[in-house]
Amino acid sequence: MADKLDMRGLSCPQPVFETKKKIEAMGSGTLEVLVDSGTARDNVTRLAENKGWAVSLKEQEGEFVLTLSK
Amino acid sequence: MASLTGFFGSKKGMVTTGLFIGIAAAFLQKLGNPANMGICVACMERDIAGALGFHRAAVVQYIRPEIIGFVLGALIAALAFKEFRARSGSAPMVRFMLGFFAMVGALVFLGCPWRALLRLSGGDGNAIVGLAGLIVGVAIGVAFIKNGYSLGASKKTHTSAGWIMPLVMIGLLVLLLGNTVWGASKALLYAEPDKFAPFFSEKGPGSQHAPLFISLGIALIIGFLAQRTRFCTMGAIRDVILMREMHLMWGVVALVIGAFATNYALGQFNPGFAGQPVAHTAHIWNFGGMALSGLAFALAGGCPGRQLFLSGEGDGDAAVFVMGMIVGAGFAHNFATASSPAGPGLWGPASVIAGLAACLVIGFTMRQKA
Repeated sequence: MADKLDMRGLSCPQPVFETKKKIEAMGSGTLEVLVDSGTARDNVTRLAENKGWAVSLKEQEGEFVLTLSK
Repeated sequence: MASLTGFFGSKKGMVTTGLFIGIAAAFLQKLGNPANMGICVACMERDIAGALGFHRAAVVQYIRPEIIGFVLGALIAALAFKEFRARSGSAPMVRFMLGFFAMVGALVFLGCPWRALLRLSGGDGNAIVGLAGLIVGVAIGVAFIKNGYSLGASKKTHTSAGWIMPLVMIGLLVLLLGNTVWGASKALLYAEPDKFAPFFSEKGPGSQHAPLFISLGIALIIGFLAQRTRFCTMGAIRDVILMREMHLMWGVVALVIGAFATNYALGQFNPGFAGQPVAHTAHIWNFGGMALSGLAFALAGGCPGRQLFLSGEGDGDAAVFVMGMIVGAGFAHNFATASSPAGPGLWGPASVIAGLAACLVIGFTMRQKA
C-alpha cells in the first residue's frame, strides 16, 4: 500500500515542501502525491527527479496523481 | 514518465524568460518608461490606483498597459495550455492585507522586487540594501513555512469567477484606449473634467511611458512566458533558502544579466548611491520596506508579478492580493507612508513597523496543526 499525500488546493511551496519532507523521511518506497495545479505537478516532479525518485503521472479530471518511487 | 522536458519547464525556458524580461525592461526605459522602472509591478499598480483617483499624487497617475498585459498574457497561456482553473477561498482577507502591506513596504523602498533588480542593473547601489531586506523578509517567511504556516487550500469555483480579474483588466484597457488612441476626452463628457477619472500625470514618472502598444505587446509576451515557466522573484529566494532549489533563481539571475547588459549598451548604467532616479538613500528604510514586502510576498506565496500571472489563470486569491496592493497604494500616498526621492514619507517608518507586526501575527497565528 503506497503512502499518500493530498496536496489539492494548496499552493507552492507547500506541495513541494511536504513532499520533500515525506520522501526524505521515507528514504525509499512508493508515494502517491495528489495535486490539482500544473505548477504543483511540475514542482513536485522536479523535486522528486532531482532526489533520484522515478515519477509517473496520471491525470484525471484536472487533477494529477504523481506516483513517486525509489 | 511525467514530462518536465518541455522547453517551459526547463532551465533554458526559465533563463529565456528572465533574459527577456531584463532586456525588455531596459528597452522600455529607453522608449519612455521612467528610469530603472522599465517594469515595476508595485509602481505600475500604484500608477493605476492614481489614474482611477484612489490617490492624489499627481505625478504618479497612469493606466499602465504593462499590468494589463501581464494578466492577459497569462490568461492566453493558461487557456492555450489548458491550465485555466478558476479557484479561490484560501483566506482572501488575509491575502488582501498581505497585498496591502506588501505595497506599503514597496513604496517605502520605491519599487517591488522586479524594480529592485532593475535598479541594481542600472547601477543604483541602494538596490543592494533593498535586496538584502527582501532576502531577510523572505527568510522570515520561510521560517514560518517550516513551522507549519499555511493559508489553507483553495477550492474550485465557477469558471466565470476566474474571469473577474482578466475582465477588470480588459475594462482598464478600454478606459486607457478610450482616453488615448480613441481620442475620447473628459472635456466632452463633464462640465468639470478635472474632477473625474481617469487622471493621467502631466509631469513626473506617471507622465513617462513607452508607446502604449509596445508596452502592451511586451507585457503580453512576458505574461505568457511567466505563466508557462512560473517565474517568481520571491519564489526564487524562498526556494533557495527552503529547499536549496535553484530553478527559479536562474530566471532572476538572467533578468539582472539581461537588464545590465542592455543598460550598459544603451548608456543607462550609472553606478552610485546618491541622486539615483526615483530612489532615496535612507538605508534603514530601504532595507525595512523591502523586508516587509518580502515577508508579505512569502506569506502570500508569490511576488507581485506572480500574483498577476496567477490571477490571469483564474486564481481568485491572487486577484484579491492584487486588489490589496492597489488599495495599499492609495493608502500609502494618501497617508504619507510612501517615500519620495527626498526620503521616506512622514509615516513611512511607522507603516513599516506596523506592517511587520501585522505579518508576524499572521505568520505566528495561521498555522496548521503539526
